[in-house]
Amino acid sequence: MSILVIGITVFVLAAFVGFEVISKVPPTLHTPLMSGANAISGITIIGAITAAGLGATPLAQVLGFLAVVTATINVVGGFLVTDRMLEMFKSRGERDKR
Amino acid sequence: MIEILYLLAAVTFIVGLRQLGGPRTARNGNRVAALGMLLALVITLVAEDIINWGTVVAGLAVGGVIGAWFALRVQMTSMPQMVAAFNGFGGAASALVAAVAVVEFGLADIAPETSITLLLSTVIGAVTFTGSFIAFGKLQGILPGRPLVFPGQRLVNGALAIGLVGVAIWAAISGEVAGYWVVAGIGLVVGVMAVIPIGGADMPVVISLLNSFSGLAAAAAGFAIESNALIIGGALVGAAGLILTVQMTEAMNRSLANVLFAGFGTEGGGAVGEMIDKPVNRATADDVAIALAYAESVMIVPGYGLAVAQAQHAVRKLADALEESGVEVHYAIHPVAGRMPGHMNVLLAEADVPYEQLLDLEQADPQFPETDVVLILGANDVVNPSARDDSSSPIYGMPILNVDHAARVIVVKRSLSPGFAGIDNPLFYDDKTLMYFTDAKAGIEEAHSALKTL
Repeated sequence: MSILVIGITVFVLAAFVGFEVISKVPPTLHTPLMSGANAISGITIIGAITAAGLGATPLAQVLGFLAVVTATINVVGGFLVTDRMLEMFKSRGERDKR
Repeated sequence: MIEILYLLAAVTFIVGLRQLGGPRTARNGNRVAALGMLLALVITLVAEDIINWGTVVAGLAVGGVIGAWFALRVQMTSMPQMVAAFNGFGGAASALVAAVAVVEFGLADIAPETSITLLLSTVIGAVTFTGSFIAFGKLQGILPGRPLVFPGQRLVNGALAIGLVGVAIWAAISGEVAGYWVVAGIGLVVGVMAVIPIGGADMPVVISLLNSFSGLAAAAAGFAIESNALIIGGALVGAAGLILTVQMTEAMNRSLANVLFAGFGTEGGGAVGEMIDKPVNRATADDVAIALAYAESVMIVPGYGLAVAQAQHAVRKLADALEESGVEVHYAIHPVAGRMPGHMNVLLAEADVPYEQLLDLEQADPQFPETDVVLILGANDVVNPSARDDSSSPIYGMPILNVDHAARVIVVKRSLSPGFAGIDNPLFYDDKTLMYFTDAKAGIEEAHSALKTL
């Protein structure tokens, strides 16, 4: 199998897993879920590091640097803001404990 | 070994997403996914042949500080636009990864499928980038929230789409790097053009769809650099974003195409509804306090007005006071109340409202006939009975909260102005409805003070 076909296989299977995992989520959690999924899309950070690490020309270096910066904003900001949202979701018991 | 560790990171994303779907496990799920991301980051730093360590470390530091600064400072009411901004950065990153590869290796000497995935990653990433920031601007109030339309817009957009595909095919075949930059440029313009004609109230759908796009952009970049972790992560987000988007449009009883292309409220939509010429029952803070105090059960229906007025804490205090005097209090949350599904839940959670008190549409509906008082705070279209009764109404068919089945309805609202859909609401003129014209926060606080003096 060529690398492309393997890649497509992985993509299709992962997409189906994504559909399955998300399809029964209560609306309560839509905003944090969107935010969390958005942080996961920051996985492009590994591409950004690879790209920034190998750039030889000045233009490639600048673009690579920007790629790492934007990907890191997405990852760090995304996970932190999701955590801040979810920190607030408490059941009655947890709330009374405080 | 490296590939196995990347796979482990991908598995944490799946586990994390699954746990994000349940209220008890959600926070843990986010942490699991974040840990997986950290793992992927460390593997990459260790395993890749990094020459420019300075660039990489500086980029991580700058991005980390900026991301953390915004994430820790943003108000809960501004969450939808914050998600849009982070999403835009993610799209930009995927496009930039492809750009670096093109600058380094060109398009001529690489496999055709790699050219295609690089172009895809660039276009989807660029559209995500500018589209997300237009959405951010609309929600933040920097850009007008109304749909921006001009004559010949569809013609221009059609030309852009054809130009994009044409130049992309030419660049892939000829291997001309100049063609690549033109494609990237058109992608940026398409992102702007696609989002400006969409009204501010539909931005959550747009953000959700662009979230899906940022996943696809990452997956395309994964094909280009042959990284399964990127492909899996991107595909997961692409699918998850699409599901959430479809669920949102279903809650509004509209199709995705209608949201994206209809320019809701542009083609005379604002003037569709006839204004009802009938007196309303005006209420004072005392009237509201009395109605609430003598109720056995109260259902609070929050809307965007609650978010604008930052009234979530005031509401919780009022609810606490009512509960202490033996009134049963619940909150009925319409799926599209606020500016994002779950937006109200986040705000009320911020104010320490236990999530057991929050009812969704299906849970709340059977309760209304047994509810003494419904307190509507800055919501309008989601409680408009025309969606149920009037087949000529533009929102006919949208599932609503049937608040008019309750014994008494109190609406706290700044004015009689129609909601986003631009149609009048017969509920306001119902005999059982009390209209309390004020800002949601001030209104609740005054009713709370009045309650204490009873």
